[in-house]
Amino acid sequence: MLAYHTSLYRDTPLILSVTGVTKAFDGFKAIDDLNFYLEQGELRTIIGPNGAGKSTFLDIITGRTRPDSGTVVMHEQDGHDLNLSKMREFEINRLGIGRKFQTPSIYKSHTVYDNLVLSLNKERGVFATLFYRESKQDRERIMEVLKNVGLEKRVNDLAGLLSHGQKQWLEIGMLLAQDPRLLLIDEPAAGMSDEETERTGELLLSLEKKHSLIVIEHDMEFVRQIARKVTVLHQGYVLKEGSFEAVKSNPEVIEVYLGRKGKKSQQN
Amino acid sequence: MALSTGMKKEMGTLCAVMGLLMLIPLLNAIGPISGPFSVSSFEVSLWGKYLTYAVLAMSLNLLWGYTGLLCLCQSLFFALGGYAMGMYLMLMIGERGAYKSVLPDFMVFLGYQKLPLHWEPFYNFWFTLGAILWVPGLIAFAFGFLAFRSRIKGVYFSILTQALTYAACLMFFRNDFTFGGNNGFTDFKDILGFNINSDGSIRGLFIASAFLVLITYLVTSGLLATKFGKVQQAIRDSENRVLYSGYSTTSFKLTIFVISAMIAGAAGALYVPQVGGINPSVMEAAKSLEVVVWVAVGGRGTKWGPVIGAVLVNFIKSYTTHAFPDYWLIIMGGMFVMVVLFMPYGIVGVYQQVKSYLARNRSFETTTV
Repeated sequence: MLAYHTSLYRDTPLILSVTGVTKAFDGFKAIDDLNFYLEQGELRTIIGPNGAGKSTFLDIITGRTRPDSGTVVMHEQDGHDLNLSKMREFEINRLGIGRKFQTPSIYKSHTVYDNLVLSLNKERGVFATLFYRESKQDRERIMEVLKNVGLEKRVNDLAGLLSHGQKQWLEIGMLLAQDPRLLLIDEPAAGMSDEETERTGELLLSLEKKHSLIVIEHDMEFVRQIARKVTVLHQGYVLKEGSFEAVKSNPEVIEVYLGRKGKKSQQN
Repeated sequence: MALSTGMKKEMGTLCAVMGLLMLIPLLNAIGPISGPFSVSSFEVSLWGKYLTYAVLAMSLNLLWGYTGLLCLCQSLFFALGGYAMGMYLMLMIGERGAYKSVLPDFMVFLGYQKLPLHWEPFYNFWFTLGAILWVPGLIAFAFGFLAFRSRIKGVYFSILTQALTYAACLMFFRNDFTFGGNNGFTDFKDILGFNINSDGSIRGLFIASAFLVLITYLVTSGLLATKFGKVQQAIRDSENRVLYSGYSTTSFKLTIFVISAMIAGAAGALYVPQVGGINPSVMEAAKSLEVVVWVAVGGRGTKWGPVIGAVLVNFIKSYTTHAFPDYWLIIMGGMFVMVVLFMPYGIVGVYQQVKSYLARNRSFETTTV
């Protein structure tokens, strides 16, 4: 943990600083004095055994869960710092933090196109949507996103008819349509075939630099494909941070994560 | 704006439905006295009542069918609109009541000396028209604000709305609540200066109800065509995704809830003069459940489903409660079970169901040969 504070002296500016965050549910500390810093344009992978607090961590960043203590700060490009821990979900989203859920959450009775119309970075109030008119730029932006995620042929199909993998890509496309600065992606490869998993990995790698990304993943093969820097969470704190190889060969990490099959399951 | 073929077709259907509906008052006015084409004034007001039910079903469909909120307080909003209209109609009786007093009969009976203050403005028809919309709207706003802000969803929302209806119903049953207790309002004489029981008034109320169906249809499909309507349906499919796309789902749900309450109120206001009275039994919890049955039978989340469901179920109800009075509840329950088991998209969806069934069979045949 200590070693990681060196990140404060880096050349690349940070986009997200999570400092001393603790969150307990009925006395059980899901997140325990967690410190986490993310650089702009960085792709970070978070791994950790079940119950390590990975999803709770995303819940805290996106405003679904309020931390008991500590701060979550987003650094704006103009140098302003915004404290996220008091904001509501949709307000945080409007700052440019998009979140993809583990199970595909798309609008199944809308067309692929409409799914993206609803995700565009536009005024999102009640009256704004009542009087919204689609512009040429909007259409072009949607087609650009569809091309990015490889769904341009399905543009007029109902989203509910897409395959599981395509639904996951559509959801990533919906995040991209929001023009987010930071993308939080929870187990994108879950339930995908090997080929789909690889395409997903390529897609995520192509977003690096333009966006900052946090990817939570279980599938080690997939982590190997996309890993730059890996953070290992364990019992709500950062156990280890470093390159995939370094993390993988760390005895502590092997103990709690890779070697967990030998033990009885930890906490859930 | 150029109309697409789909919109033209929709306009055509709408005109045809309105044309058919207008035959009812027309035949009543100039048709034969007897025979298959004769329409009595009783039948006109009966069909007028069905139309107000159709609007009530459409208001629920807006919430349940398109937003995924199973609301069990539509009968409350319907009754509130009805009571507002009833207050105006009670005051229009004037001194022609049984006690020859300016006060409505039930007030004299209960020993009121003067008209309660909140009754005064209901002498004015325009105020009444406003109250028909804003009273249910305000209740929906206050209740919806608290419920949606606390993230009350799914079955919990249904239970809470049912509890609200039940509480309101108990309140209206009380004599000292100034709305006539369990007898409610009845014996109306005039509406806008016309005798409410005259054939002309009955036809007029029917036509007004038909236009309310039309307006509700246009408002609903207008909403659904906008991005607002898309957000609404998106909330039904995946509320979290909407929330994490930067929309305040609370404001959207609240807006729809209020609109739906106002539509239900307007329906109730036309119901009361056509059935000749209102009492708290209209807002019993079971009535809201009946509305759910109408929408389910007709086709939830379809534009015409609730209209067809409300008219058909009530037509069957009028017939069976007359022919086999003991079996109505069994028949209604049976209809609901049948729809849930075999017709998930209601009557409106049957055509599509049959079509896809045939298509499946055909492709099966060709692949096996």
